[in-house]
Amino acid sequence: MEDLITTANRKALEIIQNGQPTLIGLSTAAEAIPGMHKHLILHAGPPIKWSRMSGPLRGAVIGGLIYEGLASTPEEAMELASSGKIEFDPCHHHDAVGPMAGVVTASMPVWVVENLAYGNKAYCTINEGLGKVLRMGAFSEEVIVRLRWIEKTMYPILKEAMQIHGPLDLRNLIAQALQMGDECHNRNKATTSLFIREMMTSIMKTSATQEDKLAVLDFLNSNDHTALNLSMPACKAILEPVGQVKHSTIVYTMARNGTEFGIRVAALGKKWFTAPAAIIDGLYFPGFTMKDANPDIGDSCITETAGIGGFAMATAPAIVQFVGGTPADAVNYTTTMYEITTEEHQVYKMPAMNFRGTATGIDIRKVIETQILPVINTGIAHKDPGVGQVGAGVVRPPMACFEQALESYVNLLEDEGLLE
Amino acid sequence: MAVKDLFKQELKIINMGLESFYKDLRSQNVSAVQVDWKPKAGGNTKMASLLGKLKKNQ
Repeated sequence: MEDLITTANRKALEIIQNGQPTLIGLSTAAEAIPGMHKHLILHAGPPIKWSRMSGPLRGAVIGGLIYEGLASTPEEAMELASSGKIEFDPCHHHDAVGPMAGVVTASMPVWVVENLAYGNKAYCTINEGLGKVLRMGAFSEEVIVRLRWIEKTMYPILKEAMQIHGPLDLRNLIAQALQMGDECHNRNKATTSLFIREMMTSIMKTSATQEDKLAVLDFLNSNDHTALNLSMPACKAILEPVGQVKHSTIVYTMARNGTEFGIRVAALGKKWFTAPAAIIDGLYFPGFTMKDANPDIGDSCITETAGIGGFAMATAPAIVQFVGGTPADAVNYTTTMYEITTEEHQVYKMPAMNFRGTATGIDIRKVIETQILPVINTGIAHKDPGVGQVGAGVVRPPMACFEQALESYVNLLEDEGLLE
Repeated sequence: MAVKDLFKQELKIINMGLESFYKDLRSQNVSAVQVDWKPKAGGNTKMASLLGKLKKNQ
């Protein structure tokens, strides 16, 4: 039996190690994302109905409906959202990922990433920056104005710039950034800097006005999280083909919708295993405490699923100033992740770990056996719609997700006659 | 080597399980190493049984 699982997991790891996520351009969600339409709103995490959505996800839905012109006030948006005329579905069901609330609507521009090794694509919106932003559940006028500027001004420039530049190897970008102090989830300073350096001349060669080109460069440069929305679809593109490996116990999705945490395991296909999302222990912005926090939210832990983010915190010691703890804690987090994973990444190396590869390929059997849960660093959204980010910290998935998955996996093998 | 000779040498102690044993030794300035150990599946018999099924027929 172990041979069957070992062989399947080797195949899953081969897919992860060989993945070649490459930024190939930009499009709009309506044009690029499979199944996208005007009355569909994609969100982070496992499936959830409007009635069970948390504050920040509701806030982002409200903002999304106003942005699309489907509602003109928050009240109208809430009425529409609860009317049954709007369809909700996880980003993950449409080859997409979204940070925090992860709301994607039809008109939003998206980065298009292709895994050149397997031909699959992944999509993610353009990061809006920090503060009052849609992904944190804010929907005030400034949020909508910014989203429209991204669509009308920034998107055409970036799209043209990518056509001038040509495909950009994101695996290489992430590998470099991991050696420059990023872990590519909550610290994206190096990745963003490298990306701007790469794109600078192509942006300046576009046909836009000088003023608009400089505004786009200023926007990219002012936001340290610009590259989060590249590392996320890169990880999604790498992991998606793993979801088709029969009998593999490797986790290929971890995601949260602000109410529940969900995982998906290769052998068990598209089935989600969910449990209530946790409140995050972290550093809160002045004036806020854990009482203000919404439970864990966002697709961004696709980075940890691929072995970076919290798994690579040792290479990003400065991150502890944002999420709490000490540099020694960061090394401990990274070190313990080798206990629940299958291989070390062949390209993602960490200088602080003597150039050891990142812990890659979470195995549900190892999580259950050791009782060590994956470590995730993350932003914290306010529990009420419209407020935004209140802090950042470290969180773990519920063990129940892994327990359900293991039981389901054993049942599957029994049904197939592979177990006594 | 006779058992009694053991007590004439410096003790090298590795403690598994209850951490309070380790802390007691440390408080008496005895060097010791604590092993971060838990029973399989944290003692959850249902989960340990499921893992056991997967290890059968190797």
